Amino acid sequence: MSLSGGNLERLLEAGEFVVTSEIGPPKSADGSAVREKARMLKGYADAFNVTDNQTAIVRMSSLAASLFCMQEGVEPIMQMTCRDRNRLAMQSEILGAAALGVKNLLCITGDHQKFGNQPESRNVFDLDSTQQLMVFRRMRDEGEMWCGDRIKAPPAVFLGAAANPFADPLEMGVIRLDKKVSAGADFIQTQAIFDMDRFHDWFDAVRDRGIHNRVRILAGILPLRSAKAARFMAERVPGMSVPDEILRRMEGASDEKAEGMRICLEAIDEIRGMEGIAGIHLMPVNWESAVPEIVERAGLLPRPQALR
Amino acid sequence: MIIGEQKPLEDIISMVESEGGGRVLVVGCRSCVAVCLAGGEEEVAELSDSLEQHSDSKDLGWGVSKVTLQRQCEKDFDRSIADLVEQSDVIVSLGCGVGAQVMSEVYPERVVIPAIDTSAMGSPEGKGRWKERCSGCGDCTVHLSGGICPVARCSKMLQNGPCGGSQGGKCEVSPDRDCAWQLIYDQMRRKGRLDLLEVVLGPKDWSKARDGGTRIVVKDRRRK
Ligand code: SF4
Ligand code: SF4
Repeated sequence: MSLSGGNLERLLEAGEFVVTSEIGPPKSADGSAVREKARMLKGYADAFNVTDNQTAIVRMSSLAASLFCMQEGVEPIMQMTCRDRNRLAMQSEILGAAALGVKNLLCITGDHQKFGNQPESRNVFDLDSTQQLMVFRRMRDEGEMWCGDRIKAPPAVFLGAAANPFADPLEMGVIRLDKKVSAGADFIQTQAIFDMDRFHDWFDAVRDRGIHNRVRILAGILPLRSAKAARFMAERVPGMSVPDEILRRMEGASDEKAEGMRICLEAIDEIRGMEGIAGIHLMPVNWESAVPEIVERAGLLPRPQALR
Repeated sequence: MIIGEQKPLEDIISMVESEGGGRVLVVGCRSCVAVCLAGGEEEVAELSDSLEQHSDSKDLGWGVSKVTLQRQCEKDFDRSIADLVEQSDVIVSLGCGVGAQVMSEVYPERVVIPAIDTSAMGSPEGKGRWKERCSGCGDCTVHLSGGICPVARCSKMLQNGPCGGSQGGKCEVSPDRDCAWQLIYDQMRRKGRLDLLEVVLGPKDWSKARDGGTRIVVKDRRRK
């Protein structure tokens, strides 16, 4: 039985190797920016994460941008951080989102506000992302608010969570992932993978616990647009691991974009061969136009139509 | 202990000036703020000298006197200096935020200038360094996390494990801050109690924290 009736869930249930990608909302009240991205990317991935004040920079709300995506016929994965909302806001937001037709919701901690454009703000963290999953699963499956009040029309939403194979300590990260799955995660998207050795170590630990049999894991892929972007990821983005080898390749390349594309396709190739990986999550930071080419050259086109 | 640090001298001076100066009484405290070298007897003497020098250099004619109490947060100690307060126009508190408030309450007709920025409850960590350890959540569970509090020491108050920003033992917020979850993990591993970290902890009851309104504690009320 389908939990959400969404495309992403159905394809995962059908055993398809899925592709998700990302649509970042604009720093403005202009919905056409979202619509344009959605039109450009439609058909190249099965669902699209709509980020929620990513890196703590104020943008159009994830819910509003998700709605624009749906109006363009693109399935959103609405992100919701624990940084910006308490449990009241979270529960009301999932009700609203589900009522508007959102089928997927990604529960995430959120980058610290220090990294964004409102460093003087308070953070909330009433719940952590594991607890957020518990609350949402109770709402969906038991038809109850966290406090126990009945919900007449529970939110039918497929629940996702994030995992970072490159965060320390590795074992604790895997324990936390296990807890997220027990708490209610239906699918997982990982941080962008550049450090393949570490990713294999992490995934071995995930498999040892049998987590890959209890949840669908999508591997994060980020196409590097330039050597400068690679350096920035390596040095400035918390939780990223970019090996020297990748930096050398990017910095030595005559055509940086082409090299970034090659690195990205090699990673997809390697990951597709791994047992227990259910798909990829493409994060084209400031390079959305690369998505169609990546999906095509990786041999992942056409995207399957969900069976109804 | 309560951790605080003195405001910059210029700020203290400008607060005194905006209250009109006159007879200034600097009141310190021998407890926590003395331990964190912010408001004990020595700091009271230093600040008094600085205020006097400022007054002399600008010819403001301030009269500065000083006193250091055992605990500025207790009314009885504050009342014991009624005669000094009587002869002053402005009180500069070198107690923590609690001390400054209790002084204000005991002497409602005086302006009490807070000269300390109070930040946290924590511990001394070697020479001239103090670290936050508790945020007074009202429901202590540090025995479940190796004696390391994730509420106070994780920048995101995470209950179930580290965020994705934890790398090399440091918190994503700053390389000079340890990741609480790295410390918790290391400690629990040493103790052979990683099993405790496998337990999914449900939403915390924040009603016992500040979120439930000002906390008032009455002795023995719980035990009865
Ligand atoms: S769990 Fe609560 S009471 Fe205990 S140290 Fe942490 S903040 Fe303080
Ligand atoms: S890096 Fe560690 S201490 Fe910092 S917010 Fe993340 S889990 Fe908490």
